[in-house]
Amino acid sequence: MIPFILCLILFLIGLYGIITQKNLIKIIIGLAIMEYSVNLFLIMIGYIEGGTAPIFAEKFHLNNYVDPLPQAMILTAIVIGLATTALLLAMAIRLYRKYGTFDIRKINSLKG
Amino acid sequence: MNAWIPLYVVIPLASAFIMAILGRLVKNMGKVILLIELLFLTCLTLVFILNSKGTLSYNVGGFPDVGDIPIAIYMVMDGLTKLLLLIISAVGFITALFSISYTREYTAERKFYILFSLMIAGMNGMVISGDIFNIYVFLEIAAISSYILVAFGVEKHQLEASFKYQVLGCLASLLILLAIGFIYWGTGTLNIADISRQLPYSANFIKFVSLLFLVGFGLKAAIFPFHSWLPDAHSSAPSPISAMLSGVLIKAIGLYVIFRLFFNMFALNADIAMTILVLGTLSMIIGGLMAIGQWDMKRLLAYSSISQMGYVVMAVGIGMTIMVKDGSKTIAAFAFLGALLHLLNHSVFKSLLFLNAGAVEYSTGIRDMRKLGGLAEKMPITSKTSLIASLSISGIPPFNGFFSKLIIILAAVRAHYYWLAFLAVAVSVVTISYFMKFQKYIFYNKPGEYDNQIKEVPAPMSIAMVILALLCLMLSLMVIPSIRDQFIFPAVNVLIKNLQYSTAVLG
Repeated sequence: MIPFILCLILFLIGLYGIITQKNLIKIIIGLAIMEYSVNLFLIMIGYIEGGTAPIFAEKFHLNNYVDPLPQAMILTAIVIGLATTALLLAMAIRLYRKYGTFDIRKINSLKG
Repeated sequence: MNAWIPLYVVIPLASAFIMAILGRLVKNMGKVILLIELLFLTCLTLVFILNSKGTLSYNVGGFPDVGDIPIAIYMVMDGLTKLLLLIISAVGFITALFSISYTREYTAERKFYILFSLMIAGMNGMVISGDIFNIYVFLEIAAISSYILVAFGVEKHQLEASFKYQVLGCLASLLILLAIGFIYWGTGTLNIADISRQLPYSANFIKFVSLLFLVGFGLKAAIFPFHSWLPDAHSSAPSPISAMLSGVLIKAIGLYVIFRLFFNMFALNADIAMTILVLGTLSMIIGGLMAIGQWDMKRLLAYSSISQMGYVVMAVGIGMTIMVKDGSKTIAAFAFLGALLHLLNHSVFKSLLFLNAGAVEYSTGIRDMRKLGGLAEKMPITSKTSLIASLSISGIPPFNGFFSKLIIILAAVRAHYYWLAFLAVAVSVVTISYFMKFQKYIFYNKPGEYDNQIKEVPAPMSIAMVILALLCLMLSLMVIPSIRDQFIFPAVNVLIKNLQYSTAVLG
């Protein structure tokens, strides 16, 4: 149970970062933390205490192996996360060039 | 016909790569490939709609089911999917036609078409996938390309809008991924049809997961409390992209998945049905009221999108609450008919309105309605088509918007939600008022001061607008029973016979 609670705390830290921080880079870091916590959660779903790797070899037991599907899903999610983070950072750099600041309070040409 | 299903993902993805690799060598290659690809997909969808009844499914990789358990990834083509595919490819084709002259101003014009094609691939994949994790993957393909397209002009406000859109979009994707994790934890499978057989688990578990999905996809569909990114993103984007985002993207990656998950995957639940009804009503009212005060024409249209999507969500909510209470199926079917018809109609007239706004901006370079005016004589085609679209969205007969709004209001009356019917009529009046403002300030007021000579837009842009204006009239024919049975009713059946989905897919 404790790993799940820690995972939830990590998720909330990321959410806190997104909501309270005023710096674009810190918001991106908050998103990254949230993403890691979700990835961690999916990995924990497939984990079994004392389980073996899901590879068909000598020590393979049919009822005691770690579920490989969440791991495959997480690999996909990590790649997608890489793309979104890279895009967010690229946008942040472009915004810095236009506005000369990372502070979202000063980036306010849109309103209404 | 089953073997043709994967083409919806393969063709746009493959052509995006071909454009990226060979586009440098041949001038205008991207435009030609994109147009051919979308025209082909539109025709293919029409063939599917006219020829096949019932549910088709395709087994990616060809792995047979092991006992009862589906191993392969499923692609499912049923009535709802076909309707959405028709919207995506037809509106996509017309918008691509409009883009041909519109994108000349961009230096990286080639990349616009690559991203457009990728966005189509993402939306098609999402609509056609029968597997919840693939929905997430295709969602990200569509969303990431739309983030880039919003900021395509790299101006100040576009970058800002895109950043805001991205932060909220990423948050939504993470919530969706978390919900998928919970679903996998509870059921041990990712196939939507199989999940619906494995559920029901405990009611609280289902409520929690539904809430995560509702917030995630509600953010993508810009339903009321989650709408704050939409006016920025949709008004800042280049106009053809605004048309795609408002006309197609929020439906394909937001509303469609909400329908699919809450009808076909989860068993219907009274609390969720009530939440959807209330949120739909609120976004209908608030979007409409916010639109009145706007002076930026694209921002006005963006708020109007929130309001019109509210109509759709409200009608679906009415149908859901009736079905939960085991009420009359015909009234529920009537509400769904109104919702899906309005979905189809909105994609046509809202994309037309955004294209009109794009045409005005292309000729004058101004978006503030106070500085515009008197364009009716100088831009006759833009003016007339936008008049048709405005009448249509305000619900004036004989245009298509009238019939879908009428059906929604009648459904609310027949379901004894009299106050909802009243609100729908009231918001319809509000809609007329802000579109009168739109028409008056742009096309009829005293002429504004323009730097250059105002001309009508180039031929491809005019043709695209005229086609959409004709569609506004022709879609009124959807109320004729024989046409309705062919196009809309298969989609209504998916929602009405919500529990038959898993048997239809898995047999």
